Amino acid sequence: MAFEYAPAPESRAVVDIAPSYGLFIDGQFSEAADGKVFKTVSPSSEEVLSEVAQAGAEDVDRAVKAARKAFEKWSALPGAERAKYLFRIARIVQERSRELAVLESLDNGKPIRETRDTDLPLVAAHFFYYAGWADKLGHAGYGADPRPLGVAGQVIPWNFPLLMLAWKIAPALAAGNTVVLKPAETTPLSALFFADICRQAGLPKGVVNIITGDGATGAALVEHPDINKVAFTGSTEVGKAIARSIAGTDKKITLELGGKAANIVFDDAPVDQAVEGIVNGIFFNQGHVCCAGSRLLVQESVAEEVLDALKRRMQTLRVGDPLDKNTDIGAINSAEQLARITELTEAGEAEGADRWAPACDLPSAGYWFRPTLFTNVTQAHRIAREEIFGPVLSVLTFRTPAEAVEKANNTQYGLSAGIWTEKGSRILWMANQLRAGVVWANTFNKFDPTSPFGGYKESGFGREGGRHGLEAYLDV
Amino acid sequence: MTGRYARRYAHVVTMPTVPAFGPEAAARLATMADVTASDTALRRFLHGLPGVDAVGLEARAATLGTRSIKTTAKSYAIDLAISMIDLTTLEGADTPGKVRALCAKGIHPDPTDRTAPKVAAICVYPDMVKTAKEALRGSGINVASVATAFPAGRTALPVKLADTADAVAAGADEIDMVIDRGAFLTGRYLQVFEEIRAVKTACQRPDGSAAHLKVIFENGELATYDNIRRCSWLAMLAGADFIKTSTGKVAVNATPPNTLLMLEAVRDFRDAVGVQVGVKPAGGIRTTKDAIKYLVMVNETLGEEWLSPHWFRFGASSLLNDLLMQRQKLSTGRYSGPDYVTVD
Repeated sequence: MAFEYAPAPESRAVVDIAPSYGLFIDGQFSEAADGKVFKTVSPSSEEVLSEVAQAGAEDVDRAVKAARKAFEKWSALPGAERAKYLFRIARIVQERSRELAVLESLDNGKPIRETRDTDLPLVAAHFFYYAGWADKLGHAGYGADPRPLGVAGQVIPWNFPLLMLAWKIAPALAAGNTVVLKPAETTPLSALFFADICRQAGLPKGVVNIITGDGATGAALVEHPDINKVAFTGSTEVGKAIARSIAGTDKKITLELGGKAANIVFDDAPVDQAVEGIVNGIFFNQGHVCCAGSRLLVQESVAEEVLDALKRRMQTLRVGDPLDKNTDIGAINSAEQLARITELTEAGEAEGADRWAPACDLPSAGYWFRPTLFTNVTQAHRIAREEIFGPVLSVLTFRTPAEAVEKANNTQYGLSAGIWTEKGSRILWMANQLRAGVVWANTFNKFDPTSPFGGYKESGFGREGGRHGLEAYLDV
Repeated sequence: MTGRYARRYAHVVTMPTVPAFGPEAAARLATMADVTASDTALRRFLHGLPGVDAVGLEARAATLGTRSIKTTAKSYAIDLAISMIDLTTLEGADTPGKVRALCAKGIHPDPTDRTAPKVAAICVYPDMVKTAKEALRGSGINVASVATAFPAGRTALPVKLADTADAVAAGADEIDMVIDRGAFLTGRYLQVFEEIRAVKTACQRPDGSAAHLKVIFENGELATYDNIRRCSWLAMLAGADFIKTSTGKVAVNATPPNTLLMLEAVRDFRDAVGVQVGVKPAGGIRTTKDAIKYLVMVNETLGEEWLSPHWFRFGASSLLNDLLMQRQKLSTGRYSGPDYVTVD
């Protein structure tokens, strides 16, 4: 008799989603000026979760004005006073973490194990970390009394909705800026719950404004003339458009864009842990991770062994209900993203790569994609060059360390890379050669608020996290 | 490394897997004779095994520990765990009466519920084997005896062999031996290998059958994960039927990561040599929650083939009562408490 895990669903009762949400401007929820709304659905069931306001240019203007008005007092507060609010927000996030984890799983489709054990602890950690910097800005290496920039317009993606919000808002507020943030169209809910947390924390009105909407809303925000700073995380295509639109203005900008990271496994790697790292690198968060290890570069002499072990491990991945505590891989975030993953994997097959996926049942409703592996991939294949942003791994082999470096760097991106070897000197040598903002050694997809994160080349510029993350929000 | 050996010995692995205690295992192990031919060859082989990244291993064990096992799955896991227990008493103060009480408990663990499964074995010192054997007659429960100067193993080889032969002659079905940690840690691998082989021979009975051999590493004294992986291969090459984490007599005993590592080793050994070996974590596993974490690790590392008392055991004493209390909770909906299980 097999050991079958009975369903272990996390209760939905801990989260109370209202039928509709307005825009959070100047400490108040209000409808869009033109009354437009859109629906947000749960990608695992296609159930409509709520209706949210679609902000137009007029609403964006109102939000920026509110942030501008709040800036004067907020930036004049002593750092220790701003820190108090940030510490308070961090503690409320911790207190409400179960509710927020369930909400995030519902709206995004990612498994509760990840929202509970990764997203929410990191969200709180970011606020705690930057709360600590608020009264120490003079010691951050940017002068004795660095000044904030003003109003920050922030546009975040759907893959880690609340975590990306934390990455953006925590350093901005610590440095004394006020913000207007637009969450992604498919995942607006956790940001709206965060607005409620700001009220709960007694944050002064207008310091944080949340406006929901689509790409047009985002464009209106970054193009608003009274914004001092643009921070964007998302696709390279949109990032380029933003860079073009603000060219010639004095707005400061940070972009955190796509990636096509190489996860490099040498023949002396700790094989079992490397396999875990490969799985965590590409199947974590359904592969919806800009720094995902989507290209596996494995040394020829161990390629067969590593692939056998990887396939064996992939067969134990549990795909299904995001709210089940035993789910490893949840739903693809949207029909649009599913279509893109499907198109690219079909191109992979058409171009001659070999496709493999473990047998597993997928739910009938919602958007799902099996964890997939491509072997016999060459540098010329689309699946080795374009960001798939899904649970799809392209496997290439290499013979020498130099070849590994050449292949790893042969990409338009440069966000992250992974090295697996028991040899310390090789780790250091490789890390110096790799053109990537983050290089993980014998681990992958590990995040910490103290560590700067950002890209080379078309993966963007500017750093988030750590002391470096303050620079993006200070006038230096 | 293991994969390379798997290919090298492809002719072996295309045959079906055989149990370590079966008659065909010796022939499979003989195919690996080249790596155990000399101390140098053995060292080269053991040190050529892939390294273990401690952080990654511990992270994997922790993640598996977050599996949520509820309702029917929990009920299945509890009964499975009970059936895998080597119910143990290894105290200087053991008396025949205590051993008989433990045996009675092993046969019917829950006096209020006869559907509770029996345990796998009763584990005692060699001088108690006869008592246990008599008390367990006809029950289908094995008698396991520690031997080879358990727990420190600090005697000469002839004494260890006599200790083993004595327990086997008294009727022990299983022998839990300890390795010479001093020899292992100073790199005298072949000495450890030969010692295990000698004890395995001492496990044979005159009728040609043999007591099953569990080899205890004392992971807490081996100190590094690399050592535990090497020791696993060493013991399996020498003919261990089971590999066992610890004696329960030192500060660090079975932990989820060190057991996971041994599970990976038996998996790789089966792939490379075609011989199936069992695993026994011992010491420190006291709660149902802990036991279920271990079963989840077995399930997701080795799968169904190892989910039986033939291939996985818990060396434990207090674990059984917690499993019984949780079992009563599932069947009655109420927690009973320690007064409703037997204290021994």
